[in-house]
Amino acid sequence: MGYTPELMDLIKRVEKTRPERVARKKAGQEFPALTLDERKERLEKYHPDYRAGALRELRVGPSKGYDVAQEFADQFEARSRVDPDKIDLTEIHYETDVLVIGGGGAGTAAALLAQEQGCRVIIATKLRHGDANTMMAEGGIQAATKGWKDSPYYHYLDVLGGGHFENDPNLVKTMVTEAPKVIGWLERLGCMFNKWPDGKMFTLHGAGTCRKRMHYAGDMTGAEIMRTLRDECRNRIKDIGVLEFSPAVELLVDEKGVCSGAVLYNLETEEYFLVKAKAVVMATGGSGRLHMQGFMTTNHYGATGDGVIIGYRMGVGVRFLHATQYHPTGAVFPEQAEGLLITEKVRGAGANLVNSDGNQFVFEREPRDIESSSIIRECTKIGKGVPVPGQAGKFGVWLDSPMIDLLEGPGTVEREFPAKFILYKRYGIDIGKLPMLIYPTLHYQNGGLAYESDGSTTVAGFFVAGEVGGGVHGANRLMGNSLLDITVFGRLAGRTAGKFAKERTEVGKIGVEHVRRYHRELEEAGIETDRVSPMVLPDYGNPEVKKRQWTTTYVGTVR
Amino acid sequence: MAAVEVLRTDIPLNIEERTDLVPIFILGKRYYVPSTLTIQKAFEYAGYQLIRGCGCRGGICGACATVYRMPESPKINVGLACQTVVQPNMHLTMIPFFPANRAIYNLEELEANSKTLLKLYPELAKCMGCNTCTKSCPMELPVMEYISALLRGDIEQAAELSFPCVMCGICTSRCPAELGQYNIAILARRITGRFIKPRAQHLQDMIARIETDRYEEPLNKLMSTDLETLRKLYVDRQMEPHTADEMWQPDDKRFL
Repeated sequence: MGYTPELMDLIKRVEKTRPERVARKKAGQEFPALTLDERKERLEKYHPDYRAGALRELRVGPSKGYDVAQEFADQFEARSRVDPDKIDLTEIHYETDVLVIGGGGAGTAAALLAQEQGCRVIIATKLRHGDANTMMAEGGIQAATKGWKDSPYYHYLDVLGGGHFENDPNLVKTMVTEAPKVIGWLERLGCMFNKWPDGKMFTLHGAGTCRKRMHYAGDMTGAEIMRTLRDECRNRIKDIGVLEFSPAVELLVDEKGVCSGAVLYNLETEEYFLVKAKAVVMATGGSGRLHMQGFMTTNHYGATGDGVIIGYRMGVGVRFLHATQYHPTGAVFPEQAEGLLITEKVRGAGANLVNSDGNQFVFEREPRDIESSSIIRECTKIGKGVPVPGQAGKFGVWLDSPMIDLLEGPGTVEREFPAKFILYKRYGIDIGKLPMLIYPTLHYQNGGLAYESDGSTTVAGFFVAGEVGGGVHGANRLMGNSLLDITVFGRLAGRTAGKFAKERTEVGKIGVEHVRRYHRELEEAGIETDRVSPMVLPDYGNPEVKKRQWTTTYVGTVR
Repeated sequence: MAAVEVLRTDIPLNIEERTDLVPIFILGKRYYVPSTLTIQKAFEYAGYQLIRGCGCRGGICGACATVYRMPESPKINVGLACQTVVQPNMHLTMIPFFPANRAIYNLEELEANSKTLLKLYPELAKCMGCNTCTKSCPMELPVMEYISALLRGDIEQAAELSFPCVMCGICTSRCPAELGQYNIAILARRITGRFIKPRAQHLQDMIARIETDRYEEPLNKLMSTDLETLRKLYVDRQMEPHTADEMWQPDDKRFL
């Protein structure tokens, strides 16, 4: 395996320009960054969100009239898996103080904090506890912790600039001021951040940051945070129960309109269960597996946007959901690694992006949407993309990782990016010596359900944390702010939900009237469809096999 | 000639003249799949809808531990299904779950020494040094070495050696001494992160600064400022150079 002879030939051009590019970097000469006006133009011309027909207006629900991705609109304009006329609401299967939906970083942080308020907690999750995008986040977590050069003030400015100044200021302020506290919390829980011998934490630049404030644990920062939080949850097994392979497919609301639990679907036994809870935290994460415009994705298997759908059906509006984040550097070769995330830290460490001529065409630390748009431009309008072997019409550009060893010393790539190094080695490619072929890949749901700084929403008893929510990142999240988002707002939502549950004396008669209303609204809007949502799992079935499944029924994509 | 299976598995199947397909044996049953697929995608191509054994699809969550044998070799091979490309005639099974012993503890009450580890995981002492764990790690980690480090009392080394562990559990499934290596390893890492590595003083300093509310006013001002001023502040903010020394300081220190 390894690169094809054609690609090895093209790599020679990259190698030819490399010494000069390294010398410029060492001299502190960077490729000129785009001005704010140039950024705007590049987005409008080349970002996938701006393509004609990418978005569609919602015809039902609290954000009626708002444009979201076609693939998302299909999920909104669909019926519930639960039939309000048939559901048996008399038998409650589980009762708890706080129900957390989603077993990723935000949900787990929320569960820990809710437990600390004295609550019994259930985490319901679609796959295993920890099978989540958190686990896959590689680069790091931003926080202004170095007072001699940085502060929440500068972090705030960076977040706003990355989000094109549209972010919710209150949420941003909360995130940047809570950030150092969260790093302290994680350190106390035993997360192994990379440190100098005196305990000072390593920090790097991310795209769009003015100070090096990205803290990291190898190239597995998310995995380190996720497994530590999960481990801590397991120590509190007396109060925190976990239901795996049990996605929530609908929320439950009492007669006063207070959110009071959820309907879970056991994927293995195909049973539905009712959970009655005094407060619900929604932390289901993002939606990359909806594959907007057919893009490949870095997201985990369960990222189908379920929480946005059922939260919306209950009456919580959405914002910034029109904006989808394409990560600039997803692997396109070899085919087996397609869509795989190559952390932005590779660019943070100094690797250039270069075209088929071996020339740099963009500053490597532009915000993600600008960087992605620039790569798409290079491969389309400019026509200097590198053809992907075996995939006619597909192109990529080089991410010149060997520069890092030249800048920081031999072996740096292997030491700083162990997971990616091992992975590429399996495919016969040494990324300390050869560049990686990459193209933008669907990465992050910038928007989602609307929420306040404490996690509360327009529906009492319903709290939101992490990628399922929208506002803090505006239309474009910066690197290192998602691990921060999930830990900051996971903790806050968990705390608020815990307090709410403690103060709530009774839960009234629970029901799914909101589903009946939503179905009626669909009919009134003239939407006749047999689609069901949430999707739960993406459909990667083989059509040939499906033809032979004579007696199989699928509800949506699930068999 | 040694074969993996005793069942007759060469029953002919009418498939179109597709030279890109290769036979693989999922749980002993033959399926023809494109030769470029990973084991995970091969399952889906074959007609499975994965519920177990599929998480991140990117080699980090450890949900899709897989063991396989090739004909004519007694060797047991391991891999993550999402990362391993199929090979003709491989006989495979996923091990999406394997029960492992896990201690319950309060991290704050632990002492950072090997006694703690041995108390919570007494089976550690049963390690017989057979190295099967190392040979069966799909991440190619030196599993036995980190267990040895723990027995020597070197928790920090165990933490570092085990750091890239994805907790897939193959080591545990193969261990004749019945250790749950990956659970022992995360305890070593948490003890290291919490007690052995020095705490970050700058972090405590910043948290204390935030608690004095010194950033309240500057932040509130930013929040209420007009877009033009905000854009200017953003564009004019001083960039820490890529190659700057760790202790670099900006010219403008008013908002630090």
